[in-house]
Amino acid sequence: MSGRVRPRPRRDGRAPGYRPARTLTVAAEWRRQAGRRRTRLILTVLVALPLVMLAAFQLGGDGDEEPGPSGGRFSSMVDLATTGGLNFALFTVFVSSGFLLVVVVAVVFGDPVASEAGGGSLRYLLAAPVPRGRLLATKAVVAGLTSVLAMLTLTGTALLAGTLRYGWHPLRSTVAAELSPGEGLVRLLLVLCYLAVSLLAVAAVAFLLSVSTEAPLGAVGGAVLLFIVSSILDEITALGSVRTFLPTHFSDAWLGLLSTPLDLDGAVRGATSALGYGAALFALAWWRFLRRDVTS
Amino acid sequence: MSPSARPPRRRWLAAAGAAVGLAAAAAWAAWPDRPGHTTVAEVVPVGPEDDGTPVHLETTLYLPDGASAADPVPAVLLAHGYGGTRDTVAAAAAELARRGYAVLTWTARGFGASGGRIHLNHPDYEVRDARLLLDRLAVRPEIRTDRPGDPHVGVVGGSYGGALALLLAAYDHRVDAVVSMTAWHDLADAFLPESSGGAAVDGVFQRAWAALFFGAATAGPGALAGPAGGDAAAPGPAPLDRSPVEESPVERVPADRSAERAPAERTPAAACGRFAADLCEAYRRVAETGRGDPATVARLRESSPAGVLDRVRAPTLLIQGTADSLFPLSHADANAAGIAATGTPVRVAWFTGGHDGGPGPASERERLRRLTAGWLDHYVAGTAGRPSQEFTWSRISGFSTAGRGVTTTGYAAEAYPGLGGERRLAVEVAGAPQVVVHPPGGQPAALSSLPSATGLASFVNGVVTDVPGQHARFESAPLAAPVEVVGAPTVRLRVASPTGEAVLFVKLYDVDPDGVATLPAGLVAPVRLSGLPADLSRAAPVTVRLPAVTRRIEAGHTVRLVVATSDQAYATGTALAVHRVAADGPVVLPAVAGTPLAGPEVVWRRVLAGVVAVIAVGVAGAVGVARLRRGHADRPAPADAPPLVVRGLRKEYPGGLAAVDGVDVTVEAGQVVGLLGPNGAGKTTILRMVLGLVRPSGGEVRLFGHRVSPGAPVLSRVGALVEGPGLLPHLSGRENLIAYWRATGRPARDARMTEAVRIAGLGDAIDRKVRTYSHGMRQRLAVAQAMLGLPDLLLLDEPTDGLDPPQIAQMRRMLARYAAGGRAVLLSSHLLAEVEQTCTHVVVMDKGRVVAAGPVGEVVGESGTVSLAVSDPDAATRVLAGLAGVRGVVADGGGLVVDVDGLPRADLVAALVRAGVGVERVAARRRLEDAFLTLVGEDTTGSGDR
Repeated sequence: MSGRVRPRPRRDGRAPGYRPARTLTVAAEWRRQAGRRRTRLILTVLVALPLVMLAAFQLGGDGDEEPGPSGGRFSSMVDLATTGGLNFALFTVFVSSGFLLVVVVAVVFGDPVASEAGGGSLRYLLAAPVPRGRLLATKAVVAGLTSVLAMLTLTGTALLAGTLRYGWHPLRSTVAAELSPGEGLVRLLLVLCYLAVSLLAVAAVAFLLSVSTEAPLGAVGGAVLLFIVSSILDEITALGSVRTFLPTHFSDAWLGLLSTPLDLDGAVRGATSALGYGAALFALAWWRFLRRDVTS
Repeated sequence: MSPSARPPRRRWLAAAGAAVGLAAAAAWAAWPDRPGHTTVAEVVPVGPEDDGTPVHLETTLYLPDGASAADPVPAVLLAHGYGGTRDTVAAAAAELARRGYAVLTWTARGFGASGGRIHLNHPDYEVRDARLLLDRLAVRPEIRTDRPGDPHVGVVGGSYGGALALLLAAYDHRVDAVVSMTAWHDLADAFLPESSGGAAVDGVFQRAWAALFFGAATAGPGALAGPAGGDAAAPGPAPLDRSPVEESPVERVPADRSAERAPAERTPAAACGRFAADLCEAYRRVAETGRGDPATVARLRESSPAGVLDRVRAPTLLIQGTADSLFPLSHADANAAGIAATGTPVRVAWFTGGHDGGPGPASERERLRRLTAGWLDHYVAGTAGRPSQEFTWSRISGFSTAGRGVTTTGYAAEAYPGLGGERRLAVEVAGAPQVVVHPPGGQPAALSSLPSATGLASFVNGVVTDVPGQHARFESAPLAAPVEVVGAPTVRLRVASPTGEAVLFVKLYDVDPDGVATLPAGLVAPVRLSGLPADLSRAAPVTVRLPAVTRRIEAGHTVRLVVATSDQAYATGTALAVHRVAADGPVVLPAVAGTPLAGPEVVWRRVLAGVVAVIAVGVAGAVGVARLRRGHADRPAPADAPPLVVRGLRKEYPGGLAAVDGVDVTVEAGQVVGLLGPNGAGKTTILRMVLGLVRPSGGEVRLFGHRVSPGAPVLSRVGALVEGPGLLPHLSGRENLIAYWRATGRPARDARMTEAVRIAGLGDAIDRKVRTYSHGMRQRLAVAQAMLGLPDLLLLDEPTDGLDPPQIAQMRRMLARYAAGGRAVLLSSHLLAEVEQTCTHVVVMDKGRVVAAGPVGEVVGESGTVSLAVSDPDAATRVLAGLAGVRGVVADGGGLVVDVDGLPRADLVAALVRAGVGVERVAARRRLEDAFLTLVGEDTTGSGDR
């Protein structure tokens, strides 16, 4: 207990062994988050969803009440979902991309800083001291990795379950050409990459709210709310070209990645929009957090 | 800028920002549209109808700003499509005016408010009208002329207007350039198509389109208005014209307003509506018999560019739609061949759209706009370079990603190869000769295209059907490699029929491995064969040219040739007939190797690259600035600097309330300093500022001589418990300590984990989840966390909160030992007793200010003053005044306050008792005022019982 006071080793007066660049490493943050209930719950849901859908396809039979043209893209996706593992995975991604993945990303990015603030541990991390910018960077990276893991879990489960049930067949869609399984897998990964990029806008909103509040639910809910509002506005065609500025406007652009040759135009615009929003909002989050009084 | 001024200023900035935003929105909404041109609307007299009725055309001239006699501009004659008026091309006209052209639009004879009847672009009527318009352009001083009377002009039009553009160029050589979209080559071929080389007179009547074409003019709202009383809101016939020039794919039906103005002008044959009598009669004849006749064909040919293309001298851009069963790609092909034969420059472009498909996706409309502008800018304005001669086309490549519809991919080839393609691929189709029946009455009939079906749906999927027993199928093997079909496939058939004649519809499906068959664009090739033998073995092969399409047939797909006896869109007669059909040889697919066009969207790739670059530069810059700042903060401090020096520290919150106001605190090594004050005195805020969590509004904090900023490295020598524990509930106590230490990034051996666990004193509970802990257990774990690594300075905010008295005592001893080792402790408390018993020094605070500071003994310990309650105050005063070591005596209410100087209290009491004064109470008084002690809570019972 009564140890001697150690000599001051560095000009800035740091404790021996302390290096800002080693504080709160990604691994350390990962361990802080990994055991949390919400993380497990999300991963469980993402594993369960494809299995439930698979079971529904098996047991439900012909549930097509309305095969009319209004179904269009959707019904064609359903029809093709059972033609192979790749198509089943694609269908799973298709039905999840609209909302489920958005919520997952909002939770993963909206929670980490706000929950530390709400639980009181944020001040101890900052006093450790973990430099504020580093704290945010680590939190953002881990949230990003978690999101990617979530998407891979969902797709991987669907791909595995679908392939075991329906076999390893080419990727098909109604208008675009059939893609060989290898090419189809590449396209599926491309689609996931695009989705990951396009979700950056949601992630950034959630993160900005997360650094601004002590209520994790507020941050998550706020991000989802903004997403819904943006989606609704996007439905109003009278807004014309204003809609292209909505962060959700290009959320379906990944469909272009299935055509032959690749139709990158939509995806490029979507990525531009998402990166623009993401960069601006993440920068704003940084700016706020570095200047904020931490009173939580 | 003083830091205290920041909050109001920020609010002011926010308000100003909002105001600017609102003002901008209001300005945007209220700003008048600056069209960049002026319009002149005129009613122009033209040649009368053959019955002598005078005819006036409504015209609008768009003059770009800046056009004048001194600076004349080139002109464009912009013709509308069938059923349109000058208003339906207003947007296109405005766009051309923006490009610097004077644009003359007009409502053609027989449409809208213009007078006269419809002659379908007859040279003596509509074409002559347009020549008169050229005359009018020539005399306007603002318009450039080649010679007097010869304006510098291009003609642009779609569908009906496209045909007019070609005819005008043929009949009037003052036209300098033509852009003709979705126009016909031979109107007789359009309504009486025949795909095996037969004459139009033997063509198969395209009754659906013809009914729409004629019906639009005969049964429009105007025609119905008269006797029936008229319902203006009654839905008119479906939109006819899908010219890409027009702003909206859905057009108004010609409203016969001239009829309202001049009832006398109405044709006596009400069924003819605004059609000229000869056309009306021809339509009736053909529609009733389902067969063409030489007179009708001759009349339709008069209205066609077909015979006069060799007269066209103006460079011509021909744009045709791939989804067009009325004027299919073959019409543009024939027009191109006819014009090019004389050496006149011709360029052909195909787009995804047309009379069935509509204006096409936005990317296609943009491509057409560019093509048109490039053509006019070179051949009319002379401002652009010579357009390339490359042939561009597009095909459907997938679903639209931003809305409904389809996406297309554009391609370019060096030269227009015609409908035969660059290369030809023969695909064998198998199938025995089959018997097909034409049903009596012609019904039920196969469905291929649906004229009037709106939008792109008709050629995407679904609606195509064939009736069993009425069609023969010949199927190929799966293709080994994908084929880009660009052009018109051909096939040879042998047909036998006891009647010697057969009307058949030949179509080519793309069948995917699932058996889903797609008829590209819903196009079919009608043939009328005559002189057929009854026996198939004697039938001569007939070559059928299928409709030209653009489609990629994927590897693994098959090609299905279908020969059907009926089609909804065509008149096939009512007789029952039985034919035998055999395929004779392969289907020949024309292919063109094209390079994908970089659409206008390609610019976004550069934007994306730019955004990525900006982000990269921004991140690098931010990291660089942070490094630089850290380097600046990296100043050495004197080795003997005290652990904590706080000078003039101030914190104001928005609203001007000072939570901390000019506080000085010093903590030297070896000291346990107590920050004593009631709740709300600002103790916690000071600790937060010391830890860099809250920015001071003024003053400074130095730790070991280093100025504190958020995240300053020197904070690594400070352990803290501020405002209660902050633990991760899903981890155990031990895991919490490990997780915290891991976050500091310091070596695990420096943590002194065993000592910390011992301090926490949680026993086995250390491995339970923190979620299950009591308040006191969390508090102890938080203290242990603060002491991880045995920091040189320990900041503890109300550390005994939630502890029971033995634990408090234990902590007291621990802190004393801790400081004795040369470290320092700053603890805050609102309990005097706690500070008194634990600390060596104390800083007493109230309302953000320091009211007293110094060693505990001096500040809160017993002072030299004793308060006495005695039986006889006067006697006591006398006795005490005589005592050595007493400085003064003051009466205080019922008692006395004695200022002693070193005299023990026992001696004082003894002296009084000796003097016979009864002593009821003796109390050592503390140095602080009673009132303040009440304020900060003179609680000697300890805090563990709270």
